Amino acid sequence: MKMTTMRAILAALTLGLAAPAFAAGEQPAPPAVKWSFNGPFGTFDRAELQRGYQVYKEVCAACHAMKYVAFRNLRDLGFSEAEVKALAATFQVNDGPNDAGEMFQRAGQPQDKFPSPFPNEKAARASNGGAYPLDLSLIAKARAQGPDYIKALLTGYKPAPAGFALGEGLQYNEYFAGHQIAMPQPLNDDQVTYADGTKASVEQMAHDVSAFLMWAAEPKLEDRKRMGLKVMIFLIVLTGLFFAAKKRIWRKLH
Amino acid sequence: MAGTATQKAGTEPTRRDFIVVAAGAFGAVGAAAAVWPFIHQMNPSADVLALSSTEVDLSQIAAGQSVTILWRGKPVFVRHRTEAEIELARKDDTAALPDPQKDADRVKKPEWLVMMGVCTHLGCVPLGQKGDFGGWFCPCHGSHYDTSGRIRKGPAPLNLPVPDYAFLNDTRIRIG
Amino acid sequence: MADNNSGFFANPLVKWIEYRLPVFSTLDHMVGSQYPTPKNLSYWWNFGSLAGLCLVIQILTGIVLVMHYTPHTAMAFDSVEHIMRDVNYGWLLRYMHANGASMFFIAVYIHIFRGMYYGSYKAPREILWWLGLIIFLLMMATAFMGYVLPWGQMSFWGATVITNLFSAIPLVGEPIVTWLWGGFAVDNPTLNRFFSLHYLLPFVIVGIVILHVLALHQHGSNNPLGIDTKGPQDRIPFHPYYTIKDAFGVGVFLIFFSFFLFYAPNYLGHPDNYIPANPLVTPEHIVPEWYFLPFYAILRSVPDKLGGVLLMFGAILILFVLPWLDTSKVRSAKFRPIYKQLFWVFLIACIGLTYAGGQPPEGLALVIGRACTIYYFAHFIILLPLVGWFEKPLKLPASISEPVLKA
Repeated sequence: MKMTTMRAILAALTLGLAAPAFAAGEQPAPPAVKWSFNGPFGTFDRAELQRGYQVYKEVCAACHAMKYVAFRNLRDLGFSEAEVKALAATFQVNDGPNDAGEMFQRAGQPQDKFPSPFPNEKAARASNGGAYPLDLSLIAKARAQGPDYIKALLTGYKPAPAGFALGEGLQYNEYFAGHQIAMPQPLNDDQVTYADGTKASVEQMAHDVSAFLMWAAEPKLEDRKRMGLKVMIFLIVLTGLFFAAKKRIWRKLH
Repeated sequence: MAGTATQKAGTEPTRRDFIVVAAGAFGAVGAAAAVWPFIHQMNPSADVLALSSTEVDLSQIAAGQSVTILWRGKPVFVRHRTEAEIELARKDDTAALPDPQKDADRVKKPEWLVMMGVCTHLGCVPLGQKGDFGGWFCPCHGSHYDTSGRIRKGPAPLNLPVPDYAFLNDTRIRIG
Repeated sequence: MADNNSGFFANPLVKWIEYRLPVFSTLDHMVGSQYPTPKNLSYWWNFGSLAGLCLVIQILTGIVLVMHYTPHTAMAFDSVEHIMRDVNYGWLLRYMHANGASMFFIAVYIHIFRGMYYGSYKAPREILWWLGLIIFLLMMATAFMGYVLPWGQMSFWGATVITNLFSAIPLVGEPIVTWLWGGFAVDNPTLNRFFSLHYLLPFVIVGIVILHVLALHQHGSNNPLGIDTKGPQDRIPFHPYYTIKDAFGVGVFLIFFSFFLFYAPNYLGHPDNYIPANPLVTPEHIVPEWYFLPFYAILRSVPDKLGGVLLMFGAILILFVLPWLDTSKVRSAKFRPIYKQLFWVFLIACIGLTYAGGQPPEGLALVIGRACTIYYFAHFIILLPLVGWFEKPLKLPASISEPVLKA
């Protein structure tokens, strides 16, 4: 048993040191949020995700694409098949070419991916003063402390401190690297009207959309944790049995 | 000490065996369960399973003409049948058919025949308006289909299947 | 259970097959009742079989991932997301493969350090040690090329930085790098060849592993006392004693693996690799995977390009002559009071290098990196030969069973 402990310590040492430790930049670390999906038993809050989707759809989607998420995936948020179908149909998506060789627009279907607001990166930059609104499908995994960071960023707009030289067309944001962000403050109180009556404060909307983006980046999170529990229980029993068998077999040697 | 332990193990073979066998059996169950993801990953993925549909404009297809549409990776024949073809198909409802089916059960509107263009023998694409029955003929192994797409002669066991489709209006259908 | 005519070998079907193809007796001699093993192996000896298990997991998950992956710069990232989102259990298989690489390195690093502590590289096991080092080198190449395949930002820039190491070679450096790339930058040809080699090398590793096991069987396992087995009283059959002990080790190891796999699958990875590769923007800090950090720290602790590259490769190559740099006749550190201290200092230096490799190369991290680099080489080149001459080892037991009998 002593050896096992030592092994664990050794591994912990190696791994702990390996964690990327370059938070040395000037921007503060985002405050840790208590998400419903944290921890080994964490699950997504469906109502939260639906509100988050509404914020994405009504605010973020004006500039930000989510090309890896399809309408059919919204079933995960608790929408019914008919609701997803109706929702998809409110969007126009590109299809084609038709028999005349031309691309055309048609109503969205569940299997379609979310349509992008711009046809390509160049067009996106041209419409946004040279800045590129990132695809948000994976943003929650593409940043350290992803959901915490997104929420902190969305609520981190502040007047620039005295003496801070702000570039033209840029905003001051406490949590953005370098503090100068091209995206104007996207959320203001009551910007959306939640169907469930929740008060749409900036804090609330930022929280909901961050959770939604975590779901978008890691849609199998619940499956993963659920399977993890089963596998862990199985492995602990199995290992216990192996240990007992090992003791049995080795007993006759001593 | 060593001697007694050996004796002890020797006198209790069943208990030792039980725990060892249990451990082995448990391990085998785990290994078998772990195989499933490796097998299931080859089944159609979620995006493939998400039903896709395709629309066809019928206004451009004159009587006696057909178009072939690609739907879910397979060809679908859409044929605007002539009166003679419809009549022939109906007449043969009573003929000796390997896979008996009425023509009326295979179409939504008699002049429009919509069916998968995949031979039910081994999956080749039959050629249109060929063969002994004026319908389709599969060049791979010589299966003959009639003007309703029913198998009449050759190794294929079944009629050409009809996919799910619906008329959106008089000149448009949606397959799937 | 030792003779070939009772128990399992009495089964008529087994007999029928065995008469025509001696698979069962071969296995029995490799990892069965006919393979005599020192009776005193500790749990540190579990990591060889665990590394083997990791290799099998990597190959199996890799083969099925290839069924869904597309090695093209325009589609690689998308195909990985397709695996994560749409393929049945795709997320599980990919996380197993990505975390499995880390687990493989954990097992192998512990295996190597165990060999160093107990002098397993010493005569007559030098070739066994070499084969292990070749496996280690092949693993590093395989892991590096595998990390490029998702075509994220770290994939792309990792590939750019590591292939550029070769440009440090005088005269032929630039042509070699162009040849490695198949162009003037890391691009589609590079991705395609890395994919091909990433698929090939694991099977080369399997081949070397077979040789490694063959070499192991020539003189049998070393043991915590580092002395040779003197007779049957020192040995026990591999099966069932070490098969069940290995099985228990596998259980513990899989629990450790599962913790990362199910609860922290991206902890050992880097967020930037969820950003598609962009040849126009370099990430702020390029950090390799954790298992490369010690070598990365050595590279960066030298202010000269060629010097850094040479030292980094030297750090691995020096291990090939370790059996001769260590001049002591005594294998196990248990009986070498000074070497035992040095071993722990060396381990701390390696951890220091891992730390330094993950930090920007400036300030304290750079100092730590340099100090540990100096110790790393001094340990092998200066300390080991000297300690071997001057150290007075403790008295070795007469045989493995002697301390047991005394007790």
